[in-house]
Amino acid sequence: MRILVALLLLCTTLPLPLRAEEVVLGLSRNRVAITTNFDGSEILIFGAVKREEPLQAEPLEVVVTVAGPSEHVTVRRKDRRAGIWLNSAAVEIDAAPSFYAVATSAPMRDALLAIEDLRHRVSIPRAIRSVGAPAEVGDAQLFTRALIRIREESGLYQTLEGAVQFREQTLFNASIALPANLTEGAYATRIFLTRGGEVVAQYETVIEVDKVGLERFLYTLSREQPLIYGLLSLAIAILAGWGASAAFRLLRQS
Amino acid sequence: MQIYLPIAEVSVNAFLLLGLGGLVGILSGMFGVGGGFLLTPLLFFVGIPPTVAVATGANQIVASSFSGVLAHLRRKTVDLRMGTVLLAGGLVGAAIGVVVFNYLKSLGQVDLLVTLCYVLFLGIVGALMFVESLRAIRRSRAAGGVPAPKRRQRNWVHTMPFKMRFRTSGLYISVIPPLIVSILVGVLVAIMGVGGGFIMVPAMIYILGMPTKVVVGTSLFQIIFVTGFTTLLHATTNYTVDMVLAVLLLIGGVIGAQIGTGIGVRMKAEQLRVLLALLVLAVCGKLALDLLLQPSELYSIGPTGGR
Repeated sequence: MRILVALLLLCTTLPLPLRAEEVVLGLSRNRVAITTNFDGSEILIFGAVKREEPLQAEPLEVVVTVAGPSEHVTVRRKDRRAGIWLNSAAVEIDAAPSFYAVATSAPMRDALLAIEDLRHRVSIPRAIRSVGAPAEVGDAQLFTRALIRIREESGLYQTLEGAVQFREQTLFNASIALPANLTEGAYATRIFLTRGGEVVAQYETVIEVDKVGLERFLYTLSREQPLIYGLLSLAIAILAGWGASAAFRLLRQS
Repeated sequence: MQIYLPIAEVSVNAFLLLGLGGLVGILSGMFGVGGGFLLTPLLFFVGIPPTVAVATGANQIVASSFSGVLAHLRRKTVDLRMGTVLLAGGLVGAAIGVVVFNYLKSLGQVDLLVTLCYVLFLGIVGALMFVESLRAIRRSRAAGGVPAPKRRQRNWVHTMPFKMRFRTSGLYISVIPPLIVSILVGVLVAIMGVGGGFIMVPAMIYILGMPTKVVVGTSLFQIIFVTGFTTLLHATTNYTVDMVLAVLLLIGGVIGAQIGTGIGVRMKAEQLRVLLALLVLAVCGKLALDLLLQPSELYSIGPTGGR
């Protein structure tokens, strides 16, 4: 019995060597540095399909996703109370990626079946995980949709249908624009090969986004030594105030 | 030139920030106010998160008021004793304010509170100043600039216990009214990210009866410490002081203040006050409209506290 289970496990976990088509991937950069003059960035994702068998009749499609670190966010809605617009209802969303881009080589519904979307969490609504809304909020769906709408407007969420260029069923490339208001962390990058909407191969890698130099130093200091950071801010302010006063007194005298 | 702010985590044009700092500096040089009440709303409009704008605004005021107080110390127009009493109250008030601020942040109502405070206080101060300065212009036209006769007021302030002598101000009054005034202003400083000068100065003149020539210096003296304390509290509890943002605003502000002082010298005091009142009312009106009109985007995203 135990051997049977082991065999079964082997069969289910080892289909990889049997796979006919694989992704070979390249990235224009696997590290994005947020420097002081960081103004957004562009990542070029390119690769090829490695195959051991002749080309099949039904064409392959490519789906590329880049996801920033997930965070717990609260979406609030304003309501009119006593003539004033103020935040009233709130829904907590357990995990929403801080950045999410999905690029495909064909329209989304042709490239990926809904069931595969659900399994691999590919499209934007699937990438957001929202478990329970408080009972008094009946229309929790609206909050998730609002989150997507707001982040799409600021370029943090992107659906780029047809943005993957796929040549000769072999070479593909896509470029993803990273906006300037990026948070740091590991950006999971996934490539799916699909045929008839079903995923036939998958590849994952990580793009590191870090603050560097002065940005890194100040951020770390503010979190780890907040008192020293605060005192340093004050010292700069007092020095600047004294400096200005002294400089302009000199100017007036001369 | 875009600059990425490490704490606010947004990328903003550096010249825009320098310009904002400069503009507020010019106004504060012209009118003798800290300019925090203008700077913080302006930072909201640029897209700095409100919590960062409030904390960094406090840091910026430390610099401009330190610069100002040095000038006043040289002219000996700072009542250090009164300043210390106001300071004690101000620190207590600031600590209460930061607690209130953090509590409201956890409720998601901090934006509303900050905006309401602004609308209320800008509205009151702006309207009072506007009426007062129009009356002053009319009086100077009619009477040819004869100053109104002054008399020493003896109101409820003078009947309280714990009296203390304030030599520079020439006052012998109870310490309770200055303490109450400064606690209230301290709370506002922490919540609104302003120096509180635009409330403190009228309070010192009309409630405490201090002579006008020592009011500005004394107010600036205590503002340095209260805003400095607020900066530290925000830095250690909320991590929302953005040093890069503060430095950019400082550079603009310091240069602007000197240009503003030059403009201010060439204008009449009443005209200046009418302009300042109109400016205050304009900021107030803009913020009030935001509360009263239906916003184009009803939803907002915020991080969940206690990560």
